[in-house]
Amino acid sequence: MSPATSSRLPQVLERREAEILDRWMKEQLAAVSARRDLMSEGQLREQSKEFLGLMKQATSKGTGTNVTGPEWRVAREMLSDISRSRAAKGFTPSETAIFVFSLKQPVFEAMRQELGSDPAALADEVWNTSLLLDQLGLYTTEVFQKGREEVIARQQQEMLELSTPVVKLWDGVLGLPMIGTLDSARTQVVMESLLQRIVETGADVAIIDITGVPTVDTLVAQHLIKTITAARLMGAECIISGIRPQIAATIVHLGVDLSMVITKATLADAFSVALARVGLSVQPTPARK
Amino acid sequence: MERIPILKMGDVLLVTIQVDMHDQLAMTLQDDLTQRISQTGAHAVLIDISAVEIVDSFIGRMIANIAAMARILDAKTVLVGMQPAVAITLVELGLTLPGVRTALNVERGMALLRGEADADAAG
Repeated sequence: MSPATSSRLPQVLERREAEILDRWMKEQLAAVSARRDLMSEGQLREQSKEFLGLMKQATSKGTGTNVTGPEWRVAREMLSDISRSRAAKGFTPSETAIFVFSLKQPVFEAMRQELGSDPAALADEVWNTSLLLDQLGLYTTEVFQKGREEVIARQQQEMLELSTPVVKLWDGVLGLPMIGTLDSARTQVVMESLLQRIVETGADVAIIDITGVPTVDTLVAQHLIKTITAARLMGAECIISGIRPQIAATIVHLGVDLSMVITKATLADAFSVALARVGLSVQPTPARK
Repeated sequence: MERIPILKMGDVLLVTIQVDMHDQLAMTLQDDLTQRISQTGAHAVLIDISAVEIVDSFIGRMIANIAAMARILDAKTVLVGMQPAVAITLVELGLTLPGVRTALNVERGMALLRGEADADAAG
């Protein structure tokens, strides 16, 4: 590899910038990834021009093929912005990465014209530039991936909050209809929101309805017991309802001890127990004459 | 030295913890409370921890110990006003305080004790 100081890349970029930009635009637009529905040509040209300028700056200051250095900071930031905005707009990862990778051919072509007389130097330059662009391309993909992961994490969080409502069934009686699989993170949220509501409403009884929970394993049972114990420590009683026959069988087979918990088959049964606890009862109205 | 006041209301001893518990304070409370129970012949102890935001395993164990000692001295313990964060911490530490009665606030705690006293008298 030639010493970095003798790199001709900045020089090539400087001299043939307009030409490279034109070719690059053509490459990008020709690629399948030209998503004109998501992004206008003018916008793309602007981005390409800006990035080329930043790259020129970075290579003229920079040494070697390392894109993690400070001289590449601005260019990296710009790439991050592009990746993030494309991730948000619904581009695929390859459509995002092609932004950088499609720059290869125009640059190599320009180099061939500049350095055509010196094959050894040309090979070196092409290799270094290739390394550089590969790193930048990978960086875009990485940022793109991160952007998508952030979206997923946010959605997960939203689902977590949506799926754990604590409802007031009566004065002093709270209901907690659980739907979906329980895991540690979810149980934590359930526990916190239930205990918080107990404090706010001064409820004596909370009914945890697990009709919508598909399976109960030892972990889920343990989470339930923890929630119930915490509620008891605060002075509220918990009733579990909606246990299906299969789940009852599973709980017994697993050897989970629910003897200290009141369990009822249906929410209605649990509700009548809860009403009795707070000193109320449901009576039929006298028949109309 | 800092002490947690113990108030006598009929045959109930009322302890309200208004400061963050530290180890020495909990030890002192344990000594004072057992002393007071045997002096006054109280039949119930009501501990209000609604102002306690932080507990550790030691404080959790002290509460359990106080309850156990009170029971030996023929006094029921009711723990009232536990904060959600404290309840979660105790459960995570495995301190479920079996045998300690709990209530949401002092009023409910007193009602609980009165109900039990009535039941005892009737039985």
